[in-house]
Amino acid sequence: MASENIFEYAPAPESRSVVDIRGSYGLFVDGEFTDGHGEPFKTINPADETVLADVACADEADVDRAVKAARRAFDEVWGPMPGRERAKYLYRIARIVQERSRELAVLESIDNGKPIRESRDVDLPLVAAHFFYYAGWADKLRHAGFGDDPKPLGVAGQVIPWNFPLLMLAWKIAPALACGNTVVLKPAETTPLTALLFADICRQAELPPGVVNIVTGAGETGRALVAHDGIDKVAFTGSTEVGRQIARVVAGTRKKLTLELGGKAANIVFDDAALDQAVEGIVNGIFFNQGHVCCAGSRLLVQESVAGELLERLKARMATLRIGDPLDKNTDVGAINSAAQLAKIRELSDAGEREGAARWSPPCELPAQGFWFAPTVFTDVAQSHRIAREEIFGPVLSVLTFRTPEEAVTKANNTPYGLSAGIWTEKGSQILWTAQRLRAGVVWANTFNKFDPASPFGGYKESGFGREGGRHGLEGYLSA
Amino acid sequence: MSTETLSGAAELRAQLHGLPGVDRVGAEERAARLATRSIKTTAKAAAIDLAISMVDLTTLEGADTAGKVRALCAKAAHPDPADASVPRVAAVCVYSDLVGVAVRALEGTGIGVASVATSFPSGRAPLEAKLADTRAAVAAGAAEIDMVIDRGAFLSGDYTKVFEEIVAVKETCGDAHLKVILETGELATLDNVRRASWLAMRAGADFIKTSTGKVSPAATLPVTLVMLEAVRDFRAATGRQVGVKPAGGIRTTKDAIKYLVLVNETAGPDWLTPEWFRLGASSVLNDLLMQRRKLATGVYSGPDYFTLD
Amino acid sequence: MPDKTGSERLAVRKTYKLFIGGAFPRSESGRSYVVTDAKDRFVANASRASRKDARDAVSAARKAFPGWSGRTAYNRGQILYRVAEMLEGRRDQFVAELRQTGLSKSQAAAEADAAVDRWVWYAGWADKITAVAGSANPVSGPFFNFSTPEPTGVVAVVAPDSPLLGLVSVVAPVIVSGNTAVVVASEPAPLPAITLAEVLATSDLPGGVVNVLTGHRAELAPWLADHMDVNAVDLTGAAPGDVPDLEERAAGNLKRVLRPDGAAWTAEPGTARLTAFLETKTVWHPVGV
Repeated sequence: MASENIFEYAPAPESRSVVDIRGSYGLFVDGEFTDGHGEPFKTINPADETVLADVACADEADVDRAVKAARRAFDEVWGPMPGRERAKYLYRIARIVQERSRELAVLESIDNGKPIRESRDVDLPLVAAHFFYYAGWADKLRHAGFGDDPKPLGVAGQVIPWNFPLLMLAWKIAPALACGNTVVLKPAETTPLTALLFADICRQAELPPGVVNIVTGAGETGRALVAHDGIDKVAFTGSTEVGRQIARVVAGTRKKLTLELGGKAANIVFDDAALDQAVEGIVNGIFFNQGHVCCAGSRLLVQESVAGELLERLKARMATLRIGDPLDKNTDVGAINSAAQLAKIRELSDAGEREGAARWSPPCELPAQGFWFAPTVFTDVAQSHRIAREEIFGPVLSVLTFRTPEEAVTKANNTPYGLSAGIWTEKGSQILWTAQRLRAGVVWANTFNKFDPASPFGGYKESGFGREGGRHGLEGYLSA
Repeated sequence: MSTETLSGAAELRAQLHGLPGVDRVGAEERAARLATRSIKTTAKAAAIDLAISMVDLTTLEGADTAGKVRALCAKAAHPDPADASVPRVAAVCVYSDLVGVAVRALEGTGIGVASVATSFPSGRAPLEAKLADTRAAVAAGAAEIDMVIDRGAFLSGDYTKVFEEIVAVKETCGDAHLKVILETGELATLDNVRRASWLAMRAGADFIKTSTGKVSPAATLPVTLVMLEAVRDFRAATGRQVGVKPAGGIRTTKDAIKYLVLVNETAGPDWLTPEWFRLGASSVLNDLLMQRRKLATGVYSGPDYFTLD
Repeated sequence: MPDKTGSERLAVRKTYKLFIGGAFPRSESGRSYVVTDAKDRFVANASRASRKDARDAVSAARKAFPGWSGRTAYNRGQILYRVAEMLEGRRDQFVAELRQTGLSKSQAAAEADAAVDRWVWYAGWADKITAVAGSANPVSGPFFNFSTPEPTGVVAVVAPDSPLLGLVSVVAPVIVSGNTAVVVASEPAPLPAITLAEVLATSDLPGGVVNVLTGHRAELAPWLADHMDVNAVDLTGAAPGDVPDLEERAAGNLKRVLRPDGAAWTAEPGTARLTAFLETKTVWHPVGV
């Protein structure tokens, strides 16, 4: 058994035949697919840069049409409907998502670039679970702790990002509908396809027209939506910079606002941590979904006494990551979502090198076509480096060290963000001590990047406000 | 841990308890994720042949007879009589009183005979009896000894007793390789699995093995993951490579391939040979052969086309 | 009227100063403004705080935050109850100050009583809000998952013109959960706020937990809404026309904003003012041996 490549994994591609991508897509307004009046745009496969489809772009008038349809549906159908009936629609949607989950997973991977293993094993199960979870709330809202007779807000304008296209849609639509609101949702311009397939699911579920409207387009479309007078609620997930702009637009209006923004999470490894699991958690924290995760553990804070050993293990583990075809079932790290995002990751990584941090990536061959970035770790990083402060939103880990628990907490909190954090130690009291002091909305102790519809998610400080998931997730869609 | 300040039992305990902990949920998650690897076409063919070559074909029943052992040996040498390209298995594993039978049956095949010893499966006997058991097996020609540790001593914290027993058995083995069975199904926690692995390796084990096959659960992916991490770390610390053998509960080709993936991505390719990794199993062999034929012919096969021994 | 012949004693007046970091400084700007009673008669020269006073107040509030939020909830409840005891002791002074704002004797007494009762009501929430607003979340996997409400940090409060009941109704819910506050007092009726500060200073509340600024709201509020080390703003007392601008400024660092809701101060408040300044922190941990 002398061969070098005795156990190279042969390609194991998931079949594309489960999806049928049309040449062009319209907007989904009032239960129908319609033309948009903006300039249509192309969505591409980031793994090979091939054009997947032409997608309609909603202009201000199209957005207005969608908001009016949503208002009509709210006034006439969805608002007055008993919660138990709304619940059944949401259960239907959850079931159809399960029935069509492979189709949705493959389409998500093609449009987004994420590995099929993740879209299949993480995104889609969570999407279905989210609809199931909130379906059950629809007829129990008076027990949720927001008053005896909580009311829906009306029409929700929702803008979602490209990193978890369908999952973010579920996080937005499921609670909104459960609470009795209707929605106009704008998916990201680089990943519109699963949202449009979701529109078809709404039709299969016979959801009344106008309850869910999908308007595709870029920033202009989003601006038109959040600025529209006819909406009562704005929910946004995306960058802190855009979140800030939206908060300014919403200022002085009656619109309720929830924001899920950026992060620069510290993943703190104490010297007594279960090192192998910590390494897995670090890898899962920063290389999951190519690091396109707002709560990614992008700053590794490791106690100096174990830093050498941990980094050695981490690098060995990184060398086993398989980068490439998102549809290959063995791919761990897929394609960067867009050329623009790739440029940003490169820019910040280059800055890291210029500022004196040591850069390392495992040897790996990247495909010639498409947008790719090798998993990268920077050591010798200082708090003052850009790569320690700015959200890279890519597979780039910055490693800093600390000497005492106090120093770890101080460094972890030394950021305008406050979305998530990680703690690795076998000492229970140290976990709780640290968790108490971390100014972050989600704290993963001895695990990382776990999500569940029953678990509230959202940030402190400039990572936004409001929570999605759990009982807390209802608050953003009810008037107290 | 400095040997200048601690010695003997205290040093051993300090080292074992100073090992990094194992978080069960994290370990299970890692093992489960590796189990989703999709091994297809050429990789699958290579994996199947590799798995066959790693099998310790085993019979460990009170009802074993010379005839049964001879049949097993014939199967070991020619797993698929219809196809000479099938590799032979790594070893045949029997009780110590049947070693002689197996040695004669396997003469000239290059297949070693492994014998369980030391009051398998419970390990409950005086040390002298365990050593006598071992001596008998080695004298009868066993190339490998699969000993069981004293789990009672381990769980009661008497690491020194376990350590010294392993050292004594190792000495008795002479040139025979020593596999140390941890019986992980009785160790309760993955922290204990890691400690027992280090204990066995420090005492001189050539292999660490999960189970006797008589206790449920036998081998599992998370347990094997932890043992593979242990041999990886032990080599990094001492330079000495130790083999790993999951045993029991491995029944299908899919199971076997999951273990190979685990080896590949945990300890690394250096362990992907029969010299350093074994599968303690018997029924898995026919499934491997059936899958092998499916790959060769493109047609699903059936159990009637493979011998039951 | 005082007897000019000297047979009656001339009262010793109080200088109304700011309350920052547990001390009572004058405005660094040296400015003051005239506070009058309901009949437009001179009552006092109140300090007219500047942006620098606002800055100092934010620094003091930030400095006090780790200690105050790190107290046990029981201890915060004890301290707030102690404050209520001290409020009760100052009842007559509050009644007198309220009468100057135009309330009748019975109205003033009723408002002072209601204010003490409101403070007691909020004090009791210290060790209960976590149970009501937090949760253990049944996630699908081998994890224990719980959510606890935690204070958001430094809260800037533009207090309403209800000079005592409104004031305690906006201050108590901010600090009871562990936040620290910078309060801009009612512009026309700031005196009860300074008296409240004296109460706070003589109870066991650590310095800096509540800081009180008097002066022009329109001058101070924008600086607080802009301040990057303020985590939330309560705009209850802001002029309606100023709210959009203040909200826009608050977007600079994505402050949590509590908009004015026009609710009557006499109504039972509910928990909305508590939860408005709480963050939900969710902690995950594996369950295994």
